[in-house]
Amino acid sequence: MATSPAVHAHAAPQGFIRKYVFSLDHKVIGIQYIFLALTAVFVGMFLSLLMRIHMIWPTAVLPLIGEIKPETYLQLLTMHGTIMVFFVLTTAPQGGFGNYFLPIQIGAPDMAFPVLNMLSFWTTFVAFVVMLCAFFVTGGAPLHGWTGYAPLSALTNSGPGEQLGADLWITSIAIFCVASLMGALNFITTVLDLRAKGMTMMRMPLTVWSWFITAILGLLAFGVLLSAGILLLLDRNVGTSFYVPLVVVNGQVMGHKGGSPLLWQHLFWFFGHPEVYIAILPGMGVASQLLSTFARKPIFGYKAMVYAIMTIGILGFVVWGHHMFMSGMSPYSAFAFSIMTMCIGVPSAIKTFNWLGTLYKSKIRFQTPMLYAIGFVSLFVSGGLSGPFLAQPVLDIPLHDTAFVVGHFHLIMGVAAIFGMFAGMYYWFPKMFGRMMNETWGRVHFVLTLIGTYSIFMPMHYLGMAGQPRRYSQFTEVAYLAHLMPLNRFITYAAILTIGAQFIFVINLFWSMFKGPKASDNPWEATTLEWTTATPPPHDNFGGHTPVVYHGPYEYSVPGAAKDYIMQTDPAGVPSH
Amino acid sequence: MASLSPTIPVRVPETGRGGGSAPPQFGGGGDGGRNDGYPDYGQRLRRARLGLAIALAPIFMFFVSLVSAYVVRQGLPTFDEQTNTYVRDWIPVQLPVALLLVNTALLAASSITAELARRQITRQAALAPVQAIPGVTLGEGRGFPWIYVTVLLGAGFLTGQWFAWQELANRGFYVATNASSSFVYLLTAAHGVHLAGGVLVLIYAAAISLFHKPVEARRIVVDVTAWYWHFMFLLWIGIFGLLWFMR
Repeated sequence: MATSPAVHAHAAPQGFIRKYVFSLDHKVIGIQYIFLALTAVFVGMFLSLLMRIHMIWPTAVLPLIGEIKPETYLQLLTMHGTIMVFFVLTTAPQGGFGNYFLPIQIGAPDMAFPVLNMLSFWTTFVAFVVMLCAFFVTGGAPLHGWTGYAPLSALTNSGPGEQLGADLWITSIAIFCVASLMGALNFITTVLDLRAKGMTMMRMPLTVWSWFITAILGLLAFGVLLSAGILLLLDRNVGTSFYVPLVVVNGQVMGHKGGSPLLWQHLFWFFGHPEVYIAILPGMGVASQLLSTFARKPIFGYKAMVYAIMTIGILGFVVWGHHMFMSGMSPYSAFAFSIMTMCIGVPSAIKTFNWLGTLYKSKIRFQTPMLYAIGFVSLFVSGGLSGPFLAQPVLDIPLHDTAFVVGHFHLIMGVAAIFGMFAGMYYWFPKMFGRMMNETWGRVHFVLTLIGTYSIFMPMHYLGMAGQPRRYSQFTEVAYLAHLMPLNRFITYAAILTIGAQFIFVINLFWSMFKGPKASDNPWEATTLEWTTATPPPHDNFGGHTPVVYHGPYEYSVPGAAKDYIMQTDPAGVPSH
Repeated sequence: MASLSPTIPVRVPETGRGGGSAPPQFGGGGDGGRNDGYPDYGQRLRRARLGLAIALAPIFMFFVSLVSAYVVRQGLPTFDEQTNTYVRDWIPVQLPVALLLVNTALLAASSITAELARRQITRQAALAPVQAIPGVTLGEGRGFPWIYVTVLLGAGFLTGQWFAWQELANRGFYVATNASSSFVYLLTAAHGVHLAGGVLVLIYAAAISLFHKPVEARRIVVDVTAWYWHFMFLLWIGIFGLLWFMR
């Protein structure tokens, strides 16, 4: 039988380039994604720091940066949003932890298409470089917001940064779309085709379910963003009028006619809403996993959790209009989108109650990963509860484009999702690097970050209700907002302290990689497959044989069992149904 | 998908199927039951086909979004300064229908030849173990070069599309002339780019046969590309139909 030797791609590579740069090993690629996201998050945090400083000291002259002009502020917020949403929230939870742990958790030696996996990381890297280039070209970065609304984004003379900077922005996002589609393809094929013996779909850990559904969302959404971006590039550079109606800029009649800015909004948000679920679902999976592990209790309602993830995924495709309530859409459409948006609160609530049910009457081990998982639940509830407010078109009239919206999505994406990443990092660090992160500094980091992020984003709800708009570079000249400046100053000080606290995490991360106490193979006494293998896992994950799975992933505190956990691969444990 | 090909009179060994509520007796893990983690050629083919089916979803969504934009734009009124009213400004493009029909015929023919290439290499892969026995030949020789013919027909289609663009330009319809012309160029170009990708992969498949890569690996490439090719043909029918019947 002539099976090609190329099939045996799992022979360990030699040489630095094949091992660490153009590696086909999903574990290396996962770490590459994590480091990309780590770089991106510090760039994004720095941009937000400049924004917050400018908001309370608008005329300040900063060292090396100089004065931040209003248009510069818009450039900062555009790049902050874009970098954070795309290169942090869409890469680390899915491409980072998903790439590393999905194959291991289902008992596979690697992803379905290792070469495609390597390409998807390096394409993401190219997209990131192109995005950063926008800062350095003539005119600088674009100023049209991460949402890139036309006609501001579709005209090259609409502001500084809207020439080459905006073209680079769109190109970067288009490249990122291709990279994400390649990754999504890999994830879905792997889950469907590479599960080990006994690893049925309903025995997969909830982390795997979340990565699977997230990949399906990405598969269906990124193609639409790609088409939107191509139409935008054509409008800008070729003179088509997909998005641009008859416009006059600075007294000059532009050559466009008949286009619709709403078309951009529809196409963008048809992608944009599934995108935010892509950002949060992996965090939910990690939270489920960790809450069960550290409470030593099975996840409450595993099947409901699976169906809730699926429902969130499906409903996520029919709510995009809730970003457009103020666009002049028909109130009947607004009503339909509003109802669907409220419906999506149901599976989210099911998940939240099931997390609480997991914790109920359990003996919790309050180690750092668990603190972050509990923090995730807290922040998901805090940020999620303001969603139904915004889902009412009538309430959206005063709240649209205010700090209320900023508070809502930051609590969910900028904090809860990040807590999911922190939880994953502290939890899986022993398996990835063979050492434990420092527990004390982990707890310090958690407390400072929790208090800090709540201090930053909770007051924004009040600010929004008081009428403070978003994306405005200056409030000091406006009388009706003057009484809000003390609160804005408080938020900025909290932001400075919280950003400072993140250095504790980074130092802990890198110091522990080299000097942390050595970890055993299963320091958290968890049940899933990654804890059955060596630390760090060998090249083909399981040392030459594929595991056989006998149980579901949450066999904790099983009555009659010898230990308070039964690993999925343990044939001698009490059989589950 | 296996039911669409004619049954080949050679028994292909069945591999196990994974999953189920109890650990299966064999199969699963993508390693053909050998427990070494490496998939065999049949599983790799199924995996590649699964990958293609999944990959066609975002491509489909991409074209769905373009078609949706087309339909919406067609119905959008524009404000006309002269009459101070909203008017529909959709001016249908004068499509070079004869040329496009010739291109469609070329693509249809290429779909047929792609399918013939796929079945040819399926037979060759099935009979490879027999031919490995010393002294045994099956007399089929190299076989008709269906892959090369498909590449030629595909390249012919793309060239014909280029001529169609030239003809459109001669008739005064450029990319930015009006909304309908923009969409005609956009949809045909997007389809052409995807088809060109398929042409390149087929050239690769033809090239690796010259380098004597194992027939099983080549079969996977040709099989997946042929299905992709059929999808591209159906997509073209859809696009042409849209541009003609909803002009």
